[in-house]
Amino acid sequence: MQTRVVGASVPRKEGVGKVTGRARYVDDLSLPGMIFGATVRSSIARGRIQDIQFGEGIAWDEFTIVTAKDIPGRNVIALIIDDQPCLADGVVNHPEEPILLLAHPNRHALAAAVAAVHIQYEPAPSIHTIEQSERREQIIWGTDNVFKSFRMEKGDVDQAWEGAAWIVEGEYTTGAQEQLYIEPNGIIAQGSEEEGLTVWGSMQCPYYIHKAMLALTGLPPDKIRVVQAETGGAFGGKEEYPSMIAGHAALLAMKSGRPVKIIYDRMEDMAATTKRHPSRTRHRTAVDADGKLIAAEIEFVIDGGAYATLSSTVLSRGTIHAGGPYFWPNIRVISKAYATNTPPHGAFRGFGAPQCLFALERHMDHVARTIGLAPDEFRQRNFLCQGMTTATDQVIHDPIDMHHLLDRAFELSDYHAKVQRFAVHNLTSSKKKGIGMATFLHGAGFTGSGERHMNALVGLEATPAGGVRVLVSSTDIGQGTNTILSQIAAEALGLEYDDVSMAQADTSTVPNSGPTVASRTAMIIGKIVQTAALKMRQTLTESGLLEPTAGREEFLAACQTYRHRFGELKCFSRYEAAPNIFWNDELYRGEAYPAYAWAVYIAEVTVDTNTYSVTIDDFVALQEIGKVLHPVLAAGQIEGGVAQGIGFALYEKVVWNDGKMLNNQMTNYIMPTSEDLPPIRVFFEEMPYQYGPYGAKGIGELPMDGPAPAIVNAIVQATGTSFNAIPLLPEDIFRVMTAEPDRPAEDFFSALAAEGSQ
Amino acid sequence: MSETAGRCEVSFTVNGAARTVSVYPMERLLDVLRNSLGLTGAKEGCGEGECGTCSVLLNGELVNSCLVPVLQAQGAELCTIEGLTPEAGLHPVQQAFLSCGGAQCGICTPGMIMATVQLLRRHPTPTLEQVREGLGGNLCRCTGYTRIFHSVFEVAKTEAEKADTLA
Repeated sequence: MQTRVVGASVPRKEGVGKVTGRARYVDDLSLPGMIFGATVRSSIARGRIQDIQFGEGIAWDEFTIVTAKDIPGRNVIALIIDDQPCLADGVVNHPEEPILLLAHPNRHALAAAVAAVHIQYEPAPSIHTIEQSERREQIIWGTDNVFKSFRMEKGDVDQAWEGAAWIVEGEYTTGAQEQLYIEPNGIIAQGSEEEGLTVWGSMQCPYYIHKAMLALTGLPPDKIRVVQAETGGAFGGKEEYPSMIAGHAALLAMKSGRPVKIIYDRMEDMAATTKRHPSRTRHRTAVDADGKLIAAEIEFVIDGGAYATLSSTVLSRGTIHAGGPYFWPNIRVISKAYATNTPPHGAFRGFGAPQCLFALERHMDHVARTIGLAPDEFRQRNFLCQGMTTATDQVIHDPIDMHHLLDRAFELSDYHAKVQRFAVHNLTSSKKKGIGMATFLHGAGFTGSGERHMNALVGLEATPAGGVRVLVSSTDIGQGTNTILSQIAAEALGLEYDDVSMAQADTSTVPNSGPTVASRTAMIIGKIVQTAALKMRQTLTESGLLEPTAGREEFLAACQTYRHRFGELKCFSRYEAAPNIFWNDELYRGEAYPAYAWAVYIAEVTVDTNTYSVTIDDFVALQEIGKVLHPVLAAGQIEGGVAQGIGFALYEKVVWNDGKMLNNQMTNYIMPTSEDLPPIRVFFEEMPYQYGPYGAKGIGELPMDGPAPAIVNAIVQATGTSFNAIPLLPEDIFRVMTAEPDRPAEDFFSALAAEGSQ
Repeated sequence: MSETAGRCEVSFTVNGAARTVSVYPMERLLDVLRNSLGLTGAKEGCGEGECGTCSVLLNGELVNSCLVPVLQAQGAELCTIEGLTPEAGLHPVQQAFLSCGGAQCGICTPGMIMATVQLLRRHPTPTLEQVREGLGGNLCRCTGYTRIFHSVFEVAKTEAEKADTLA
């Protein structure tokens, strides 16, 4: 289909504000009479609060002080299961759990006051690893420490082992990862019971906050307003936690009667807010004599932290992605999310898939080596093809061709020649070279029935200024929502890009199009924008103001005529499922996602066996994502996701001590800089998806899935040593490569943590 | 205690205008710019000089304004992103970031643009290595830096072409 605006790299809507520094982020906003809030947090992992004392030397009467007793509604952060309190009341379940709030007109008076609040605890034994939780060393949540479990089964796994030529097992782990958006979390709240509450802030999901404020304040829905300020990166890290900060700011504002701003500094943000769930995956795989996969048994477990938050949905996506882009006649995935006394882990780009796909793609290489096939040949024999069924028995209708993607990625990376060249090079050099791959998929939109339940609503309105405005709660957090939705609306309405503007994501003016998560905005919300646009044209033609074939000027004129005649022109559309989408939530069978993006990533590395450092020399990211709506933004999504994936694999290690993050600074939690990254070469294949807007599918999370396994596969190939855990820092490589077989080397980080606790 | 106790006056030029502020001598330049002067283009990302999102030019040198005590700015010439922006249109570096996709969430962008200005003053036609090193103190979590590099090369190219035309 020929498009005019869609597919063009138009300037991003809020771009001028961003490059001039005029864009207003929450900390750039100020309200008359505004004061500043801070949070007093638990210093222990688990226990009972015995006493709270306000120390000397602080003019406490100048402070607004809020505890759980001040909460007018329910003391919960309403999300999925309402188990997480807004403020600890009597007991704490993880370090950094909020207990008490302070506000003062002088921002700089807060730190000393927070330090002067002395809390006495009766500590209780705590648990901090998946293993401690599954052994039930302590029961800290429910009856068995399990937030959620799934059992997904296809075929008859138990009978399949007999026919196997090989049975190969492996265990893989991934660590916590901090989202590390460069703008720390922040919220401003203002309001009272009479006037209602308004919240401004850095966020992904205004209506999540709206829902949380309803429960917390007991106010009616129309007395709560949530407004997104310009948001300086999120990556999942501003999906659920902003509801907590909004709750805190709201409680302080309602008690003090003044607007309250809470901005986390970097250390507080890193220590207290969510991270990617640590994971452990165990694979048992049966392969026949032809190198075909016969059966898989996969156990996928994640560490959810102290409260349920989003763990059930992260686990769900991880469970479904655990079988990857391969055909499994028989597969069983058993998954669990465990509670530990750690700050709750949460959403981070990929949402369970980067964890299970790291395991699967490492395991595919491991199986290939074990059975004597090249890793690409083994994959080629087992790729899902059009017409085959996934692990949930979903028939793949997309005309997907993973074989072609792999061949093209090999050409782009010169894979085969390099494999040969590196084998020779490595014989004589201490700088070992390797090239590795990951082949994978990522489902776009909510899992299973999620979109039906969400029932997203999108609006378009004709503006007095003579253009059209898009009304959605979908937020631009840097990825380009404002731009692509404007493109889609302009295309569908027959307008120019500049004719379309975006309403600020403000719950008092925009409908609930759902949260900005799950690679759903382009594909799901974009489609509803397109439908609403057609409805808008239809409204005008049916009222006799517009000929069906009329162009831009006639359309804009008709909008104004309609407005003058009827007051306003607003058209709304709801989500409509693509046909033949069925999902069984009990059995985990059916159309897990309406569409998948497919990808092959190739990483080339050098491992210096003197320093154990890894350099990535080249990175090829090839993906099929349906129609590319905006080439520059799309490539930017992939490049940024790959960079985060490289961090996940090689740099970003959270050092824990009894559930407390020790390296909660940019100085010692290391994300890639411009000097660390390789050229990231991005390529697209476009196979338009019939039910996406102009054929588009989701893209945002996909690039997070592939880099880690591709890089570690390359490192394994370079060194001949198996590495099955990330992050993989030089000291980890050193430890594995120099370990004596029967004596595990000292765990540097555990030793460091032990020192820190003394 | 009076409102002015412990405070002193510091004078400097910021974006071409002479300013005098009443401050505590160890206040961070970043806070003075943002809170006393309303110049909120420089952002706080880490408060410890790691992320560079608070970058401004002090006497032509790129500094992390979160690490500069305001007293150190006495008599200095400061340039922030607000000062870089022309009255109409955009500075060539801003234009390049806009058209090449060098800005995503935008929070690192003002600092990154100031670093680019400094980089291009040193190396008008930089190599990739010079760009990587020149921007090494400014973190970006969105872009993977690729499109920021494109933006830098785009400015260098356009400026070189302009210079050619003038010559």
